[in-house]
Amino acid sequence: MKQTDTVKVDHARKARDFIADKERTDWHNGAITYLREKRDLGVGGVPEWEDLRNLASQIKTNVLGNLDDYLEEFEKNALANGVKVHWASDGDEHNRIVHDILKRYDTKMVVKSKSMLTEECHLNQYLESNNIEVVDTDLGERIIQMRHEGPSHIVAPAIHIRKEEVGQLFHEQLNTDEGAADPQYLTEAARQHLRQKFLEADVALTGVNFAIAETGGVVVCTNEGNADMGVHMVPCQIHSMGIEKIIPRAGDLGVFTRLLARSATGQPITIYTSHHQKPKPGGEMHIIIVDNGRSAHLGRDDFYTALKCIRCGACMNSCPVYRRSGGYSYGHTVPGPIGSILTPGFNLKKFKELPFASTLCGACSDVCPVKINIHEQLYKWRQVVGEKGELEKSKAMPLHWAGKILSSHKKYQIVGRLARKALRFLPGAITSNRFNPWSRQRELPKPPRQSFGEWYKQQNK
Amino acid sequence: MEVGLFIPCYIDQFYPHVGQDTLSLLEKMGCKVVYPEGQTCCGQPLANSGLEHEAKPIYSHLVDTFAGFAYHVKHHYDIVEQDSDVKSVRERMYDITAFLTDVLKVNQLEARFPHRVGIHQSCHGLRGLRMARSTELQVPPYSKWRQLLELVKDIQLVELDRPDECCGFGGTFSVGEEAVSVKMGQDRIADHKRNGAEFITSGDMSCLMHMEGLLRRKKDPVKVIHLVEILNG
Repeated sequence: MKQTDTVKVDHARKARDFIADKERTDWHNGAITYLREKRDLGVGGVPEWEDLRNLASQIKTNVLGNLDDYLEEFEKNALANGVKVHWASDGDEHNRIVHDILKRYDTKMVVKSKSMLTEECHLNQYLESNNIEVVDTDLGERIIQMRHEGPSHIVAPAIHIRKEEVGQLFHEQLNTDEGAADPQYLTEAARQHLRQKFLEADVALTGVNFAIAETGGVVVCTNEGNADMGVHMVPCQIHSMGIEKIIPRAGDLGVFTRLLARSATGQPITIYTSHHQKPKPGGEMHIIIVDNGRSAHLGRDDFYTALKCIRCGACMNSCPVYRRSGGYSYGHTVPGPIGSILTPGFNLKKFKELPFASTLCGACSDVCPVKINIHEQLYKWRQVVGEKGELEKSKAMPLHWAGKILSSHKKYQIVGRLARKALRFLPGAITSNRFNPWSRQRELPKPPRQSFGEWYKQQNK
Repeated sequence: MEVGLFIPCYIDQFYPHVGQDTLSLLEKMGCKVVYPEGQTCCGQPLANSGLEHEAKPIYSHLVDTFAGFAYHVKHHYDIVEQDSDVKSVRERMYDITAFLTDVLKVNQLEARFPHRVGIHQSCHGLRGLRMARSTELQVPPYSKWRQLLELVKDIQLVELDRPDECCGFGGTFSVGEEAVSVKMGQDRIADHKRNGAEFITSGDMSCLMHMEGLLRRKKDPVKVIHLVEILNG
C-alpha cells in the first residue's frame, strides 16, 4: 500500500464537527444501536454462541498460521474447476487486472455487488477515469455512489443518510416524486433502475465472504440478491478477495455463516448464501486474490489476528465512539474499532490518531464473533505511536513531566498540594478557560484541603 | 486479615473521603488496614496515552511501595521484569469490590441508603476485571456491584436502558476527544435520569469525576457517589 499520503486523519476534529448537529448524532447513534439490539436478540437464541466464537477464532488462527499452504490449495482446486485465478500485490494491480478483463469484453459498464476490498482499492475511481461506468447494485452502496461518497459503515454503508435525503436524491436522479420518502416506494424505484443495468451488463463483479481451500469455490453472503442477479446474467464473472478470506473446508463454513449474519444484523443467516464454484457453460469465472498490505500485517506479532475479521460490523455497532462520531471521522473504508487497528499498519503517520479514538471500553472485543482482542490492540498501537515518537508534542510533554512527578512521592505531594491550592484560590476564569478542554463543558473536581495521604498521616501521628 | 490500601492518585488528591470510607469499611469487616506511605500512581495515564515505557519508573515505584490500581496493574505490568515482588503484587491485588465479594465474601451490611440509585458499570471493572457480565457475552448474568448494593437497606436500584454503555471518560480521551467524551457522558447521565435515579454510583471514581463535572456544569440535582460511600453507610 502506498505511504505517500501522510496527512493525519484528525478524528477528534471530524467527530466534533459531526456532533455539532446534536439531533443528527442522536439519530445516528439510535439507528446503529438498533442494529446492535437486533444482534443481541439474534445471538440470544444460540446457547452455544461462546463455543462458536471460540471455534471460529481457532479456525482462523489455523488459517493465518498456514495461509500460504491454504492459498495454494485454493488456487489448485479453483484452477481444476476451470476458474482463472489472478494474484494482485496491491490495489493498483487488482484494478489493472479487472480493467484488462473488461477490455477483452469491450464493455463500458460493469455491475458490482458489495465488496469492501474494491472500495479499499478505489476500483470505482480507477475504472471511471478509464471511461468505464461502475454500477454498485446494493441499495445502500448505490445511494452513496449517487452522492459521490464512500461507505460510512461496512455493512450499512448509507446508515448516515435519512430516508428523506434518499427521497430527494432519487427525485433528482431517478425521477421519483418530489418529497416522497416511503422506503418501499424508493426501493422499488431503485429496483427498476438497477434491473436495467443488470440487463445491459456483460461483466459482473462481487466481493467474497469466504473462499474454501478444499473446494476452490467462493461464498458470497448478501440480502438483496443483487450479486446473484449480476453473476447469473452475464457471461463473465469476477470475484475479488483478500488473502485472509480463506477457510479450510466446506464443513467449516457453517460456523461462520451462523456468526456472520447474527453479529451484523441479528438475522439467523443472510437471505442469500451463494456458492460460486466454476464458470457457467460458455462463460468465464475469475478470482482475484489481493494482498494490499495484508501479508505485512500477518508478520506483526501483536496485531496479525486483526486479519481474522469477517467484516460483520458488530464492533462498529457496539462502539460508543463510532456511533457518535460517524464513519467518515475515521478517514478509511473500514472505520470503527477494527479499522483503527488495521489502518495504522497500512500507514502509521496518516492513521496514528485512530488508536486514540477509543475509551478502551472493550465492547468491541466482547462482541467480536472471531474474538479479536481489538481494544488490547488499540492499546498496543498507542505504544507503537509513542515509541516511534509520533505522539503530538503538546500531548507528550505534559505526560513526560507527569511521569517524572508520579515516580517520586515527594514531587507528587508538592505538586498535588499546589494544584489543589491553585484550584481553590484562583478564579474560575483562569482554571476553567476555553483552552482547557476538560472545562469547556465540565466542572473541575472541588479540591479538598487535605489529600487522603495528608489526612492519614495526621490520624496516625 | 492484613490489607495494604492503594489509593489512586486522583482519589488521594480530589476525593479523599472515598479513601476514608474504603479504610473505614475494611476496618468494619475486621481487616487490619495499612496505607503504605510513598505511593503515588499506577502509571495508567501515561501508558494509555502510548507512553508505557516512560511509565516504567512509576510501575517500579508502585511495586516498591506495593499494590496497585487493579485493572492496570493486573493486565499491563508485563513490561517490567517479573521478579517475585512484581508477581506477588499482581497476584494479591484486588479492586475493592472484588475484594469484598470474593475474598471477604461479604453477605451482610449495616448500611442503609433510602434512595433511587443507578449503577454505572465502569468498563475497566466490567470487561477488564469481569466484575459483571457484559451485554455482549452469552453467559449467565451476574454483577458483583449489584450483589453488594443489594445488601444495603432501603436502596432502590434503577434499571437502565443500556446497562453497560461507556461514560466516555477514558483518561486522556476526555480531553483529546472532548466532544465525543462529553456527548457520551451526557447520554449516560440521561439514561440514569430517564429511569429515575437520584444517585449514580460506581466502583470507578474516574467515571464519576467525569459525570460529576457534567452534572455540576448543568446544575443538575443528580449526584454521584462512590460505591464504598454507600456500603460504608
